[in-house]
Amino acid sequence: MTALLETGGLCAFYGATQVLFGLDLAVADGGVTALLGANGAGKTTTLRALSGMVRTRGDIRFAGRSLAGLATETIVRCGIAHVPQGRGTFSRQTVAENLEIGAMTRRDRAAIAADMTRVYGYFPRLAERRRQQAGTLSGGEQQMLAVGRAMMLRPRLMLLDEPSFGLAPMMVEELFDILRTLNRREGVSMLVVEQNAAIALELADHAYLIETGRLVMTGPAAQVGADENIRRSYLGY
Amino acid sequence: MELFLHQVLAGLATGGIYACVALAVVMIYQAIDHLNFAQGEMAMFSTYVAWQLIQWGAPFWAAFVAAVALSFAAGVAIERIVFKPIRNAPVLSHVVVFIALLSILNSGAGFIWDYQNKNFPSPFGSGALFGQTLISRHDAGMIAVTLMMLALLHLFFRHTRIGLAMRAAAAAPESARLAGIRVGWMVALGWGMAAAIGAVAGMMIAPVVFLEPNMMLSILLYGFAGAVLGGLTSPGGAVLGGFAVGIIENLAATYIPVVGRELKLTIALLIIVAVLVVRPSGLFGRAVMTRV
Amino acid sequence: MSAMPQSPDRPRPAVPDAAPAPAATGGRPRAWRAVALAGGLALIVALPFCVKTFFVFQITLAVIYAIAILGLNLLTGFNGQFSLGHSAFYAIGAYTAAIMMDADIPYVWTLPAAAAACFVSGFLFGLPALRLGGLYLALATFALAVATPQLLKASFLEHWTGGVQGISILKPDAPFGLPLDSDQWLYFFTVAVAAVLYLGAVNLVASRTGRALIAIRDHPTAASAMGINVALYKSLAFGVSALYTGVAGALGAIAISFVAPDSFTFALAIALFVGLVVGGVGSIPGTLFGGAFVLFVPNIAEHFSKGAAGAVYGVILILLIYLMPTGAAGFVGWLRRGLAPRSAPSHE
Repeated sequence: MTALLETGGLCAFYGATQVLFGLDLAVADGGVTALLGANGAGKTTTLRALSGMVRTRGDIRFAGRSLAGLATETIVRCGIAHVPQGRGTFSRQTVAENLEIGAMTRRDRAAIAADMTRVYGYFPRLAERRRQQAGTLSGGEQQMLAVGRAMMLRPRLMLLDEPSFGLAPMMVEELFDILRTLNRREGVSMLVVEQNAAIALELADHAYLIETGRLVMTGPAAQVGADENIRRSYLGY
Repeated sequence: MELFLHQVLAGLATGGIYACVALAVVMIYQAIDHLNFAQGEMAMFSTYVAWQLIQWGAPFWAAFVAAVALSFAAGVAIERIVFKPIRNAPVLSHVVVFIALLSILNSGAGFIWDYQNKNFPSPFGSGALFGQTLISRHDAGMIAVTLMMLALLHLFFRHTRIGLAMRAAAAAPESARLAGIRVGWMVALGWGMAAAIGAVAGMMIAPVVFLEPNMMLSILLYGFAGAVLGGLTSPGGAVLGGFAVGIIENLAATYIPVVGRELKLTIALLIIVAVLVVRPSGLFGRAVMTRV
Repeated sequence: MSAMPQSPDRPRPAVPDAAPAPAATGGRPRAWRAVALAGGLALIVALPFCVKTFFVFQITLAVIYAIAILGLNLLTGFNGQFSLGHSAFYAIGAYTAAIMMDADIPYVWTLPAAAAACFVSGFLFGLPALRLGGLYLALATFALAVATPQLLKASFLEHWTGGVQGISILKPDAPFGLPLDSDQWLYFFTVAVAAVLYLGAVNLVASRTGRALIAIRDHPTAASAMGINVALYKSLAFGVSALYTGVAGALGAIAISFVAPDSFTFALAIALFVGLVVGGVGSIPGTLFGGAFVLFVPNIAEHFSKGAAGAVYGVILILLIYLMPTGAAGFVGWLRRGLAPRSAPSHE
């Protein structure tokens, strides 16, 4: 498969401090890639670097186009939806408004309305709460809302930052099932950053391991999941 | 009782001024999450521009529209040119730039047009409304214009896409960027709109208080007070707050003898502060809960 | 481990500079510091004898403003409480001094009296202010600033305040028959008081109390969870801050020999705030730059253009902020980082 997104020697900086050291990663077109690692390893930074939210050096290519140095808004408009850590909910706006915001860059009114119906279809709980202030939703519902908002963009690629964070295990399963459907049925490629290695490896077909700003392992998800060190450090057995 | 009613109505009239300014204040607060301390001076400067156009022979409404349009453009320009470079500076530095802007506009107006009081015409004519002594035609017209602006703004923010985009950009700029919203331009748009509303406010106020460079200073403070009293998240509340401040100020001056004319402003402000201590988000504001 | 991300939206005041620390930049011998210190002291002592009387007077005022700004810094820079009303405390200090001197009490006693009066009024103001944060506190303090000249002019207080005319006092002469004129003596007196106050501030910031104040600024909830009595410390901060500014006000009254309500309008509050930011929020040495700025730059602006002095001032201010967004202290810090040998990034 061809790579939809690939980086070459990606470095990232917070001020004068370098935090990512020459990452080479790729997301296949139509595939799901997992980025695993412990707390503070640089997973979130990687996604932020891809979205142009931190200072970077090195190559970032999306569908052949270079993203290096572009503003976040422009990168998003290329078809990349970033579901951030903390969910990025617009607390003062309603659930419906949150979804409308997700579609802000699109002009096709009828299709947007259809998409909203579709999102409500995936997440019936959101449909029930569509007029509620988004800030009053539970953590799990806000996560669904964040994914729904990303879906409203009709992205080619979704970047998900710790989608399982703070969710009860049953909800995590539910959410990842939906992600799987999005990938298989709608063809949305994904780069999923997760501390919960087990659930991420179930979903992904390819995985990377990052440690203190460097990629230390890469390979098909099954292979990475079977690796002795990974199992001990990240999968707990 | 007669006196009371009269003072209430007089308070409503002056309150109309404060309501207008309060609306502009809340408007920009919704756009940029800061109070624009230079709002009053911008409004004053716009009014001078309108005055100049009238002096050059333009009919009132032409000058009015031109001043509003120019103010909008100037607001956008100020945001893009003056504030964009310090986007990442700490909030207190931003406040200092507001203060600098205030100084430039105030001094500039005085320099260009001098400090003498000038007359500014009212489009509603002078004299009492329907011949009754209750309220003057201009005051009634001013209140009507304020309410109309409020209605238009409500429609804009609640029922248009760009209004939603602006609200999103102000509420959570980073998340808004992740939705593809050009936050910088939304902020500039907010500035433009606030400048335009300020221009309308200035042109409504000038016939009452005479046009001079310092005319907006205390009015802006009352406007802030009204906005805060009503709640900075609520344009309708801000307008009501503005009216309330006008009424409170007048009643305090009339009924608390020791205050008289000397401490009108102080009393109004003290009351506002008292309200804030009891209800920090204002009378109609929504308290924002933050998770720790 | 990779560094913690800094949110770009969060305002970060400049790191407070404590008393001269051992050279952390590497390569700067202790001897240089001693020489610089001695040179500085010599300059301070010699100054009033080398320049015109009026300039001595201006320097004295600059130091007084610096003290006032230091007071504001303790509240806003180190405790995160936003005040646009410090002109009120300055006025209380000034009027305390004026009233006492009018009653023939020696001027030395006016300082502790002003300190006490302002500490109490600051603390009392701090109590209701506890419920207000950020913007609302700014507005409430601004209301205080606006109210002050009106109260000072009010007829029911005229007996004490002298109403609109204010109070004139006599400028004190040098004591013990020293061969100094009034302005020179007041210069030394002010510098001495400033030295004491600055030392006090440095010690306060470095102490447990100082750390508690800073903790409250950075994360009030966490501070409270650690057992810090947030309400008490915040009110104390207001009190101490008002104390400093009030003593400055008293010194100002003595130096100018005159107090009147219109000297203490909100324009003064704004000037102090500008001085705070320009010097560097959270920086003690920065307040000296702030004081000098507040005193001299409006004069400079007037030289450029009599009619549009305010506009020139505004432009200078904007350019300064562009150049030094975190104030003079931030700028100096940036320079020092640039000149110091860069340490290599750590590799795990």
